[in-house]
Amino acid sequence: MIRRRKKTVPRLMSRPDTGNPSRAVFTRRALVVLGAQMAALGALGHRLYGLQVLDGEHYARLAENNRVSRRLIAPPRGRVVDRFGIALASNKVNWRALLLPEETSDIAGTLDRFSTLVPIEARDRARIEREMRHKRRFIPIMLRDFLSWDDMARIELNAPSLPGVLIDVGTTRNYPFGPLLAHVVGYVAPPGEKDVVRDATMALPGMRIGRAGIEQTQDDLLRGQVGAVEIEVNAVGRVMAELSRDEGRAGDEIALTIDSGLQQAVLGRIADQSASAVVMDCRNGEVLAMVSNPSFDPSLFDSGVSQAQWIDWTNNERTPLINKAVAGVYPPGSTFKPAVAMAAMQAGTLAPTDRIFCPGYLDVGGTRFHCWSRYGHGSLTLKDALKFSCDVFFYEVARRTGMEAIAAASHAFGLGTHLDIELPHTRAGLIPTPAWQRARGQHWNGGDTIVSGIGQGAVQVTPLQLATYVSRIATGRAVQPHLIRSTGGKLAEGTDPAHWAALDMPDAFLTHLRTGMFAVVNEEHGSAPKARLDIPGVQMAGKTGSAQVRRVSRALRESGHFDSSALPWEYRPHALFICFAPYDAPRYAAAVVVEHGNAGAAVAAPLARDIMTDTLTRDPANRKEPPGQVVAEVD
Amino acid sequence: MGVTMNFQKRLLRAEPNFRILAKLWQVNWLYVLLICVLAGVGYGALYSAAGGSAHPFAEPQTIRFAFGLVMMLCVALTSPRVLVRLAWPLYGLSILLLVAVLRMGHVGKGAERWLIVGGMQIQPSELAKIALVLALASWFHRIGYRRMANPIYLLPPALMVLLPVGLVLKEPNLGTAVIIGTVGATIFFAAGMRLWQIVLLIAPVPFLARFAYAHLHDYQKARITTFLHPEGDPLGAGYNIIQSKIALGSGGMWGQGYLHGTQGQLNFLPEKQTDFIFTMIAEEWGYVGGIAVIGLLMTMVLGGMLIAMRSRNQFGRLLGLGIATNFFLYCAVNLSMVMGTIPVGGVPLPLISYGGSAMLTVMFGFGLLLSAWVHRNSRFGEAAPDEA
Repeated sequence: MIRRRKKTVPRLMSRPDTGNPSRAVFTRRALVVLGAQMAALGALGHRLYGLQVLDGEHYARLAENNRVSRRLIAPPRGRVVDRFGIALASNKVNWRALLLPEETSDIAGTLDRFSTLVPIEARDRARIEREMRHKRRFIPIMLRDFLSWDDMARIELNAPSLPGVLIDVGTTRNYPFGPLLAHVVGYVAPPGEKDVVRDATMALPGMRIGRAGIEQTQDDLLRGQVGAVEIEVNAVGRVMAELSRDEGRAGDEIALTIDSGLQQAVLGRIADQSASAVVMDCRNGEVLAMVSNPSFDPSLFDSGVSQAQWIDWTNNERTPLINKAVAGVYPPGSTFKPAVAMAAMQAGTLAPTDRIFCPGYLDVGGTRFHCWSRYGHGSLTLKDALKFSCDVFFYEVARRTGMEAIAAASHAFGLGTHLDIELPHTRAGLIPTPAWQRARGQHWNGGDTIVSGIGQGAVQVTPLQLATYVSRIATGRAVQPHLIRSTGGKLAEGTDPAHWAALDMPDAFLTHLRTGMFAVVNEEHGSAPKARLDIPGVQMAGKTGSAQVRRVSRALRESGHFDSSALPWEYRPHALFICFAPYDAPRYAAAVVVEHGNAGAAVAAPLARDIMTDTLTRDPANRKEPPGQVVAEVD
Repeated sequence: MGVTMNFQKRLLRAEPNFRILAKLWQVNWLYVLLICVLAGVGYGALYSAAGGSAHPFAEPQTIRFAFGLVMMLCVALTSPRVLVRLAWPLYGLSILLLVAVLRMGHVGKGAERWLIVGGMQIQPSELAKIALVLALASWFHRIGYRRMANPIYLLPPALMVLLPVGLVLKEPNLGTAVIIGTVGATIFFAAGMRLWQIVLLIAPVPFLARFAYAHLHDYQKARITTFLHPEGDPLGAGYNIIQSKIALGSGGMWGQGYLHGTQGQLNFLPEKQTDFIFTMIAEEWGYVGGIAVIGLLMTMVLGGMLIAMRSRNQFGRLLGLGIATNFFLYCAVNLSMVMGTIPVGGVPLPLISYGGSAMLTVMFGFGLLLSAWVHRNSRFGEAAPDEA
């Protein structure tokens, strides 16, 4: 029974043991099994042929989609600089600590150790945990941004005990001057849902949208063009290689007409008053300084303003968020008188030599209108009327001229019009006319014209309009105020005085206004002696204004005890002053409005004098560095 | 049993007086060469799966293979009489491990269960397959063909199959349970189960299947659903199938070139070093490479079955058939899975996929197969009625 073979012959199949039913059955059935197995593998081979060869192209196309992913890159936002190239808005490197959850096994532990080095607020911690649940494990989560150098050093030093924590650099908008130019430059904020619907590229991380000031009106130029990178990605979205890269276009750099040094000086003069001041180059309309005080910190909007801060701003009666220079409207008061005089001269109702008697009041239609001087000014010419700022003179002139002509002259000076300045949310103010009154369904009374003649009643103008108005008086040109000097290195239109057409007003008439305004400041008994410049050989012309914000009753006025400075702040008159200098060769114009500052002569005039002094001493001719040269980089 | 004494005597006599070297010479080296070629394909694929590096897959896998090769040769030289005696303890051990893994095993991806012993992952279900083949082969060897007509003799082996199938189902690992059941059924069939028995057994299957589906886990039902409609959930459960098909398709006829398969190299392909290694090979080498690998696998199965048929004892025959069938099922299930023919389940491609547990059990299996070849002419302990 036992067979031995010393040497086996390797044969594929031995003779079947015919007498062994077990082996015979096995062989038969094993062949059946083998057949089935070969058939199955053969079928799989066939299926492979179908997948790879017959449908290969279809799947190859799908593979290409799988592989290439387009990613957009946010372009660096253009800088905003002042006229000397000093950065007003730039991009600041922002060091952030990120956590890559897939690289740490103990997230809670890592966070705990991290917070012992760099504190994480409870609010941030909640956000991190929320993001952790929603994001995939290879997408980094921001732990803290705006890390200081010390923070980074601490994190780097402890890197071994902080698995998954990495330091990354991004950019945020930086406003080196903070509140100083917040109203002019504006601010940026992350795009809202509507912005993303309008422009899908806004969804890019790092994209910001201008929400105020130049940042808002020049947003398209500053933003630049979004670039695109084609990258090869793997199944989990991790970048493996870069296939092509289009850097996009960085935003244009915008140079403003603003002189940041002067702006600072003007703000210094205003100090803590609720006021606005505009300084213009009256020859070409360049706005050198535009201050609206109080202001706010523009960088707060990037990270989100807290509820408390927002309430604080909106409840503040001094309206820090509003740019008073373009959106604050005030009755011009006596600063309006030159415009009324121009209207009258053009209408022929007033000759420069005409005399009008001021007894201290004017009765029109049974109503008595008082001059600010109880005793009257006597007989006056236009020049003296401006010099003393006599109310009765202008009541009479307005009565003779009519509101339509006054409105026309005012509009020609830029008052009550939309000035084409590169800022959002500007207001036009108002020069009321009978037609306007009718449109409101009310009757225009003769008294309305009288009151408007001294810039009260419904007349409303902005400080920028006042500055434009005085520029036009000073130069006789229809200069438009503007804030942009150059875009992407290209000089803007209007920097040359020759770009501006002459006003449709006889020069002689303008000269009468100028001499009157000269007298206001420089002659004996002028209404604003405090505005006299302390610079040898340079004189300034100006006009005061004290605009009541509520009617003063006759009883109170006649009691002789009327003292507006005793009123609550919000009922005190606004103090205004408009001026230009040097008188003999006008170069700069300024308008100052101190909200509820009480008296133009006492409050606004000295302020304007200081501002004009600063402006003149900063005149490029007096500066050590040549104008237009890049002085310093702040960042 | 009365045959015990007789059995032992026969065992002693049956042992041929071979020396180790002489026995080594008997090893089917052609088959060993085939195994090495397949492992070489695996090395190349793992080298590519790591992005063109021996780390972290190819090198450890090679060390395991070398270890497995030595183990395989040791098993190949082991006498079937020893193996028969080993069958029961090994089967018992595998059942114990299956119970242990249910109680304290680690669960991965809702399917695989493993134990960690001395830093190594052990999948008891892998061991159970081999142990079952050994146990069934030795049972039928001892029962002999004639006695199989009596269903009483079929009852114990049926329980031997159902016990691990039930335990693996409970893990729950449907794929492996089906493989174990199929291996067991194939051995029953080849051992000489009568046709009427087969008909009786198959008749209630449709009803059982219905009952089983009702008791499937949700994720198992989801697998069947996504298999039927993979495009319905492209980033969820259907993701693997779709990505695998895309990778296969992008390979085309001639492939994207070694180390240049975009889908695999870019990690679109899930688990490319384990379950989906064939997809990666077929993407890089194209249909030509894929069919070559399938051809190689077919040769391995064919060789295994021929070795089984060559044996003069029922133990060796059934052992060889069981091992070859087990290998075939691994390959067929894995290939069907990556081609989207059957629902996805964690079944690796033997010798090519990365993984220690599967590699060692497969090499152990090949050791048994080669042992059947080396001892193909020994006749021992077969049932008494087997006289011719």
